[in-house]
Amino acid sequence: MGSKWKIILLILVTLVLSTVFMTIGADGNWEYVLPRRGKMLAAFALTGGAIAYSTVVFQTITGNRILTPNIIGLDSLYLLVQTFIIFVFGSLSFVMTTANVNFVLSSFIMVGFAFLFYKLLFRGEKHQLYFLLLVGFVLGTFFSSLTTFMQVLMDPNEFQTVQNRMFASFQRVETDLLFITGTVFAILTLLGLRYRPYLDVIALGKDHAVNLGVPYDRIVKRLLILVAALISIATALVGPIMFLGLLVANVTYELMRTYEHRVLLPASMLVGMSSLLLGQLVVEHVFTFNTTLSVIINFVGGVYFLWLILKERKS
Amino acid sequence: MILAESVTKQYGAAAVVDEVTASIREGTMTTFIGPNGAGKSTLLSMVSRLLKRDGGSVSIDGMPMEHFHDKELAKKLAILKQSNEMNVRLSIYDLVSFGRFPYSRGRLTAEDRRVIDESIAYVELESMQNKYLDELSGGQRQRAFIAMILAQDTDYILLDEPLNNLDMRHSVQIMKVLRSLVDDLGKTVVLVVHDINFASCYSDFILAMKNGKVVKEGRTWEVIHPDHLKEIYDMDFQVQEINNQKICVYFS
Repeated sequence: MGSKWKIILLILVTLVLSTVFMTIGADGNWEYVLPRRGKMLAAFALTGGAIAYSTVVFQTITGNRILTPNIIGLDSLYLLVQTFIIFVFGSLSFVMTTANVNFVLSSFIMVGFAFLFYKLLFRGEKHQLYFLLLVGFVLGTFFSSLTTFMQVLMDPNEFQTVQNRMFASFQRVETDLLFITGTVFAILTLLGLRYRPYLDVIALGKDHAVNLGVPYDRIVKRLLILVAALISIATALVGPIMFLGLLVANVTYELMRTYEHRVLLPASMLVGMSSLLLGQLVVEHVFTFNTTLSVIINFVGGVYFLWLILKERKS
Repeated sequence: MILAESVTKQYGAAAVVDEVTASIREGTMTTFIGPNGAGKSTLLSMVSRLLKRDGGSVSIDGMPMEHFHDKELAKKLAILKQSNEMNVRLSIYDLVSFGRFPYSRGRLTAEDRRVIDESIAYVELESMQNKYLDELSGGQRQRAFIAMILAQDTDYILLDEPLNNLDMRHSVQIMKVLRSLVDDLGKTVVLVVHDINFASCYSDFILAMKNGKVVKEGRTWEVIHPDHLKEIYDMDFQVQEINNQKICVYFS
């Protein structure tokens, strides 16, 4: 099957899942159901797309199929910010109760952190990519420790609120936030498209890319910042979903079996949205809301991750 | 002409390449020889901009390397490193098409396809151009990569140990291809080779390095001499002329 047909098939699958999601069990209560579910559908499209896109780009840059952009500690930073706000100002504070303020604050802090992080680490000449990731990983652990520290000291009722933030939630999303993130994502994705031709070559490795005339350092730096911005905003919108990117990117590689990002990027975004939809349907109709979407995604993603590691070790 | 002046690379206090000045003439094959750790590959990487220099300058056809636009330099000079492990699964044709990236950025034109076909034909891989790289033997793989460099259509072709892990038959095949690039297509080929007899039989010029310095540089016929070789490798060589080629014997 050609790549074009596979993409068309993926679009169909996404459309069918969306329709099922929007209509199932609606019982004619369209006025209640449609806006509520439409909002979630938009959130699925935005976060699924953004996370898939950024994970594929990140894995291409690092040449590693079991890494996700979260490795530089953005998830941990998000939780740190949430915990800190609740710890200092309380769960009923203005920042916590006003979703827009919280979103803007969290995303600014995360994008700012990523920007500073890359800025500082790319300043020297010897910026080995893996050194960079290792520093990010250590920072992530540091953020987690700080978070745990505050959570331990916290009032148990306040901790409840923190706990809610630890899992992604699509119901929580505010409509006006969707418009803002939608616009920002569209701009970032379009900016990223300018570098799309380079991605295929970057996948060959640094030496080949430089040989073929790719301004490697400059482009990789910009792409990494782009990836971090997408992940930060997606996380600020719905909360952390660790394994989604990993799951989606690898399923896309298996499905498409090509190296061309022209195909991989759109396909991954469709897979991203479909996985979230499928997960949500399972949560609603199999588990009847006894579990959350991020638990399902992290469970399936985590199992897949282990399987990938075992497979890599064998080959 | 590629001109490297006082090129230096340091790791900590140790200079791996120590103020090396060398020139590479157009339309010739130049071989870098020398013991392990002499700095041959490092020099080649610096000349081809894969590695940043700690000092000195490199110019290509009279223009400093830094003044070239990345894309333009990729049409002028190609480099192939010795390890070509890939994370991506590519067919020979896909790989060779990447050679056209500096020209068409992934959107192949009819002209690109013509060059790709020619390059694949040049290394005699037409019959298997749709095979994947991981299905090939070492020699076929190496030829596929050479075809990619050919498709890049550069004046200068730099190769780091292209004979690595190849048996004699494949090594000869590769060297013949490289030699014909110089003789038939007028390319300038620079390579790092460990087998001194390949250097002796195929190259026009030899640049011998030791401890980060150039110890001998000149026409192949002059450099291949027991005294020079002893200086380079610290071991005794016998040099014999067979069929007008100097063959070094050093096995016992």
